[in-house]
Amino acid sequence: MLRYVAKRVVYMFVALLIIISVTWFISKLLPGTPFADQKLTPETRAQLYAKYGLDEPWPVQYGKYMLNVVQGDLGNSYYFQSKPVTEIILARLPVSAFIGIQAIVIGLVIGLVLGIVAALWHNRFWDSAATVLAILGVSVPSFVLGPILQYWLGVKLGWFPIAFFESWWHSVLPSLALSVFVIATVARFIRAEMLEVMGLDYTTLAKAKGLSGLAVVMKHVLRNALIPLVTVLAPLTIYIITGSLVVEQIFAVPGIGEEFVRSVVVSDYAMILGTTIFFSVLFILALLIQDILYGIIDPRIRVAGAKE
Amino acid sequence: METRRAELTADLFERLEVGTQDSERIVGPPVGFWRDSWDRLKKNRGALVGLAVIVVVIVVAYLGPLVSPYTPYGQDLSRRFADPSSQFWFGTDEFGRDMWNRVWIGTRVSLYIGFLAAFLDLAVGVTYGAISGLLGGRVDDVMQRGIEILNGVPYLVVAILAMLVLSPGIITITIAIGLTSWTYMARIVRGRMLQLKEQEFALASLSLGANRTRLLVKHLLPNSLGPMIVNLMFTIPLAIFSEAFLSFIGLGIQPPDTSLGALLSEGYKELRFHPNLLWFPTAVFSLLMISFNLFADGLRDALDPKMRK
Repeated sequence: MLRYVAKRVVYMFVALLIIISVTWFISKLLPGTPFADQKLTPETRAQLYAKYGLDEPWPVQYGKYMLNVVQGDLGNSYYFQSKPVTEIILARLPVSAFIGIQAIVIGLVIGLVLGIVAALWHNRFWDSAATVLAILGVSVPSFVLGPILQYWLGVKLGWFPIAFFESWWHSVLPSLALSVFVIATVARFIRAEMLEVMGLDYTTLAKAKGLSGLAVVMKHVLRNALIPLVTVLAPLTIYIITGSLVVEQIFAVPGIGEEFVRSVVVSDYAMILGTTIFFSVLFILALLIQDILYGIIDPRIRVAGAKE
Repeated sequence: METRRAELTADLFERLEVGTQDSERIVGPPVGFWRDSWDRLKKNRGALVGLAVIVVVIVVAYLGPLVSPYTPYGQDLSRRFADPSSQFWFGTDEFGRDMWNRVWIGTRVSLYIGFLAAFLDLAVGVTYGAISGLLGGRVDDVMQRGIEILNGVPYLVVAILAMLVLSPGIITITIAIGLTSWTYMARIVRGRMLQLKEQEFALASLSLGANRTRLLVKHLLPNSLGPMIVNLMFTIPLAIFSEAFLSFIGLGIQPPDTSLGALLSEGYKELRFHPNLLWFPTAVFSLLMISFNLFADGLRDALDPKMRK
């Protein structure tokens, strides 16, 4: 097991190194400059370039950047009075994390209930209802759902504030908009897994032993159906990250997603680069955790991984 | 747990005659793979409804603007923000442009991007996957690591970076989306290749003197068509979604051109006072996404019953 984990970790660092290098290179290819202001004199511009180290040759810039990244320094924003990118990201992380985690919790709870109900009442009304809901949730993206929620629950009914982030009430609509996809994914997954497990021999055995319906479902079916849920961890992380880009925009939430979109609009390359690296680290970590968890749950994968 | 013991007597059992002849008899006419799949698909009501809606939306997107006297670009500030009426079926936007026209023109662009991305999937994904799976060994290893690295960045972030480098337009948007979407196709094709190339019919073909290209084109790819088609059908809604996403944050189609994503983004800005501008594109967009997903789901169940999840 340890060898397997060590291999995955080494692998993760290699992947990160390549991703950071390629992103850095792309950021050099980007057209335009953050200092395109017409009012700047050539001298000021040269000073700005010198300040950010942009006047040095590329290999030097690259070397310096990589050295800094290793120390957790992602450079300085070109836009926010040259505040460090790491500082901006860390300052905005709690808000994004709160909304994202809340969305995953809502999604897991509702998705589990829906999936279980659909599987237990297979091919009946509740099954169809849950399936329709799941298709809707997978198909309608958060930036379509967000405005609908905002208009209906916020403007028309006035139940929730529609923008900014001042209290817990402000986090409800963004989390809800993000959670619908999670609900749908989890519900579909649990339904399929439960239906499969319910057809297996050990479930029949549990029933034949005379266990009550509830005990069969809770102890045998659900427990085994939950295991593969680990595989949706990484896709959900990716979804929450990209979803936050638009949802935070819609609800004016001061999170990382909103900041990233702003930096794209104003060509704040240091910020774009830093945030991309941050997102990649987050996602690759999720992948790593998923792989390790899966290795713990299913020894076959571990063995196959070690043989490679 | 208590155990109940029942009295088992001989008269509870009955002898069954097993005919050795009958078990070999073939019931019903032989049915090919495609026919079999079609029969399964026909039973799936959701998939059929999805397919019907897709066809209707495509037809209306191409014929709809023809029956209207207005153009999608004609501005007239005297009729800004008109409500839907017999004159302007979907109302007008802030420049007085007819929304009926704009919605369907936008739908065309979205559909076009969806199908183009599917084509990219075929061209790049299938080639990459086939080479990786067929050659195997070290080549396969390197190619798979490449995919994993590409997948280490959230795919929409890749698309955003690509859009910053490329100038916005339909083709460049599709390329930005296609940059990562082909990896799913490559994985699926590779998996099929690894599985199929070990089977007897592949060996038979090779021992009859076929070279690897022939084996690939004549045997391995035709046998992978099912999963490939299913994956294509999932690529289309994903591409339509990605375009809408890019347009929503202002990196997609630039005005005066439009797409469903651009319309969603414009409509959203007027949500407070002219919600109509958002509802019509939202309805068409959602309908299209749901239909594609329903159809793709049904197709997967029909073409690949074992993959069902």
